[in-house]
Amino acid sequence: MGKLLAVVLVIIALASAYPIVTNMFELPKDISTHGHAIDEQIKDTMLEAGISFVGAQLVLAFLVWSFAGRKEGSALKNFPGGAKIMVIGAFVLVGTEILALGVMGQKAWANVYFTSPAPGALQVQAQAEQFAFYFRYAGPDGQFGTIHPDKIDEGNQNYFGLDPANDVAARDDIVSGELVVPVNREVQLLMHAKDVGHSFYVRELRIQQDFVPGLDLSLHFTATQIGKYEIVCTQLCGLGHYNMKAYLNVMSQEDYDKWQKEQSTQ
Amino acid sequence: MQKKHFFISGLALLAASAVAVAGPKPAGGTVSGKVTYEGTPAKMKPIDMSKEPSCAKMYTTPPLAETVVTGAGNSLGNVVVYVSAGAPDDAAPSTAAVFTQKGCRYIPHVLAFQVNQEIKIANEDQTSHNIHPLPKLNREWNKSQPPGTPPITEKYDKNEIFAVKCNVHPWMHGNFAVLKNSHYAVTGDGGAFSLASLPPGKYTITAWHESYGEQTQDVTISGSETKTINFVFKAKPY
Amino acid sequence: MAESSVEKAHVHAPPEGFIRKYVFSLNHKVIGKQYYGLALAAVFTGMFLSWLMRIHLVWPMLKIPGLELLTKAGAPGGIITPEYYLSLMTMHGTLMVFFVLTNAPFAAFGNYFLPIQIGAEDMAFPRFNMMSFWTTFVAWLVLMLAFFIPDGPPISGWTSYAPLSAVGRDAGPGMEYGMSLWGISIALFCIGSLLGALNFIATTLDLRAKGMTLMRMPLSTWAWFITSCIALLAFAVLLPACILLILDRHAGTSFFIPAGLVVSDRVQPHAGGSPLLWQHLFWFFGHPEVYIAILPSMGIISHVLVNSLRKPLLSHRVVIYSMMSIGFLSYMVWGHHMFLSGMNPTSALAFSFPTLTITIPATVLTLIWLGSLYGARIQINSASLFSLGFISMFVAGGVSGFFLAQPSIDIYLHATYFVVGHFHMVMGVASLFGVFAGTYFWFPKMTGRMMDETLGKLHFWITFVGTYCIFMPFHYLGLVGNVRRYQSFVDDFMAPYMGWHKFITICALITGAGQLIFLYNLIYSRFRGKPAPENPWNATSLEWTIPSPPPWNNFGGKHPVVYHDPYQYGVKGSKGDFVMQDSPEQVIASGD
Repeated sequence: MGKLLAVVLVIIALASAYPIVTNMFELPKDISTHGHAIDEQIKDTMLEAGISFVGAQLVLAFLVWSFAGRKEGSALKNFPGGAKIMVIGAFVLVGTEILALGVMGQKAWANVYFTSPAPGALQVQAQAEQFAFYFRYAGPDGQFGTIHPDKIDEGNQNYFGLDPANDVAARDDIVSGELVVPVNREVQLLMHAKDVGHSFYVRELRIQQDFVPGLDLSLHFTATQIGKYEIVCTQLCGLGHYNMKAYLNVMSQEDYDKWQKEQSTQ
Repeated sequence: MQKKHFFISGLALLAASAVAVAGPKPAGGTVSGKVTYEGTPAKMKPIDMSKEPSCAKMYTTPPLAETVVTGAGNSLGNVVVYVSAGAPDDAAPSTAAVFTQKGCRYIPHVLAFQVNQEIKIANEDQTSHNIHPLPKLNREWNKSQPPGTPPITEKYDKNEIFAVKCNVHPWMHGNFAVLKNSHYAVTGDGGAFSLASLPPGKYTITAWHESYGEQTQDVTISGSETKTINFVFKAKPY
Repeated sequence: MAESSVEKAHVHAPPEGFIRKYVFSLNHKVIGKQYYGLALAAVFTGMFLSWLMRIHLVWPMLKIPGLELLTKAGAPGGIITPEYYLSLMTMHGTLMVFFVLTNAPFAAFGNYFLPIQIGAEDMAFPRFNMMSFWTTFVAWLVLMLAFFIPDGPPISGWTSYAPLSAVGRDAGPGMEYGMSLWGISIALFCIGSLLGALNFIATTLDLRAKGMTLMRMPLSTWAWFITSCIALLAFAVLLPACILLILDRHAGTSFFIPAGLVVSDRVQPHAGGSPLLWQHLFWFFGHPEVYIAILPSMGIISHVLVNSLRKPLLSHRVVIYSMMSIGFLSYMVWGHHMFLSGMNPTSALAFSFPTLTITIPATVLTLIWLGSLYGARIQINSASLFSLGFISMFVAGGVSGFFLAQPSIDIYLHATYFVVGHFHMVMGVASLFGVFAGTYFWFPKMTGRMMDETLGKLHFWITFVGTYCIFMPFHYLGLVGNVRRYQSFVDDFMAPYMGWHKFITICALITGAGQLIFLYNLIYSRFRGKPAPENPWNATSLEWTIPSPPPWNNFGGKHPVVYHDPYQYGVKGSKGDFVMQDSPEQVIASGD
């Protein structure tokens, strides 16, 4: 049975590696300016992880094959180098490789989190609520109106609790269920949670960030390809979590300007 | 001789059937009228259903929100007009009132029915809804309804008018009006209403609109006349 | 170390009467079996819940017969609603992490074997021990009660993030009474675990037999000891966190809820709290908790593996130091669950480095296990198969950690099935393999009967292959962005992957059914198994020097004396190929 275990281990190792090696599960196309570094990290880590995983399973298989079911009285041997070489191996080989990944990966993280948005970035406010995302643009006056939680009236599509009767800046704010942005223009997303925790995730943008009630968080990104991409909620927020999504609609600058004008006249 | 008998009995039969078809003369009077608004109502915005493509694709142009429904001549729809005082409570009818979720909207926007009358909530969409009525006096509940599941049946035992929302689709809003008696109407976009079969007496008629509030008027019915009363609500631009 | 007052205090008279012997027992062996029984009930419940979840994901309109009887609201017409899926998921996670993975490898086996392995008559505080089990049992009852209340169990996951878990009924179905029951249950569980941890630590430090230095304790005992130290600090943080949550829900406080939240059209009457505070408190407990789940299994499989190798591990001391390092480092990494939570991004890097560093002792352990196989005479039986399987699974589950430890990659993989695959492989499989190995190994000692080897091997093969088939694909699905905690995959990009989900569901049903073979084996062997000798595995540690099953005071009133380390296998010149730990026979000075 030891030999059977060895064979099964080899099959499992190879079968597990197969979908990765043949790219059966490809990452979606990257439409961001910062995503390339993340994809590189994933590739490098996959190589390390893959070698470690397959290597360990094959070594285990080899050892079990060789040393299981040996006759009573066969000589016992010790691995040359004993524990010392294992400790050195773990520190040197694995320690340095893994920490190198961490050091290299720092840059990809910094690109997203340690850079400020450019001064001319398009500001859009995103509100996450049970169970939809709504996006607000400042409109022609360039000013966001104030949010009043007690004035929220969803039946009237006043999702943000704006008070246009008394707040002039709020009158031209554009509220949309889609995040419409111009291509190749940096966008700063101001994130506001209306009720509980949510999260903003766009696979193609290689971006993910929680909405935390009470915290003013923001994200910035630049989308480089025109198209419609799904924004999904990735923080458990209640019964409708699975259906909490919106579309990121990346348009040409002209189409975006046309859309803004249309929204303003509604 | 026989012809005369046939003729008379034929006439009698005709008269009897005429009475039978016409039925007993309606007892009581009618209160009818129109609900209108003055001022500028807020412009209804098209509903953004982009997060639910299975509903969005059912419309060639996005439907407008139904908070304020207006018609020609400043008429106001979705107003619940009912007898709030002066009439005895009525037993609930045996037929159910139907509230349908279709195209990610509630049909009708305002459902009026009686205390202890059964309501049937149907889901005709491809997506799950979670209907959440928000009463203050009655028991609050919410229920998920996956597509293709049988209608939900419920009833309310206290008279109250309250909002209904969908927990999954934030734009879906409607109203339930749970009323004590059978004298009620919900205006269409023509703003017209008619409350019939009112026995003689003094009545308070209430008109309720979800944005513009409530108004009452008193009216007295002495026989089988039709009394006309109108309601005018002040519209708000926002 | 000999006749201290502590030692005198823990000695108690032989139990009399049914209640004292089998119900409110002070005896660590009975308590160990009680924990094991509780874990069995929890694991089969948790597994059944996972079946319902997996079936719902791929056949959402399937009417499940009988489910409507349990819950009219949750499954009208037998069809699981979105919120009920989340309830099932919450209870699955809570039962498995707390009532199975903390109970079985740690509380159950630790209670039974730690005193014996160090040569003691019982735990240091037998009354505390009894209280800790019964507190845990009441905690389980309180949790299970959530299934039977009208609104059902909570829907906020085993992690219960605030404010979803804190605002009360407005947050959704099950978030009123169900959520409160959860909070009370876990608080009680914390108390039970704290009592247990105290007991283990005091026992290990004070009640070792003559000659049993710390370094001469078996690896399973070391694992239980280190785990208790971790548990003492970890549960001491979760307990106040649960209390604060209960206060926010019922006493109007706002530890976790900021101002201005509008939930279900109602402005919430709270201000000043921080949702991140809950996350920090929870994960400060939660990360060490996952090491509480795996360390005892590491100790158990090491203990079983040595026996099956017929030669000592490459270094007893290095294994101990590695387990200690893992325990120590486990307290420095909790923020890796919170990379995207809105906490300071610099702290993400600060948490990332210790997380990556834990790879080092984990690798040391793996290399020692592998290296020890070299030149051995590996005995294949159900217990050793699960130990070898553990090594395979631990590597499989561990390498996905390389990805998740890096914040930049976590941006893409957070909250996807990649994470779910990772923790199921290390906790749900590897840790459980340790429990299986321990069961097959120690069942003869605990019951005086052998388990059926054929059924045991069948159980191994179904479980080993089955769990790979279930959880390896989770990683692939995560790579394409399959989001977790969804009751249904409505996103456009998921359509091509439903075939994989069906495959996973079918494997889960088959693998789950295979566990019934284990259950049958347990029950059958308990009553009809072959009678077991005192030492069926030719093993060396102290538990194999006493009868099967042991008498109520373990060593029959005698005080064992220990002469050397616990793993004298392959000793040349010894009778047979091993020397028992209490034998004064000359052995090779292993130094370890």
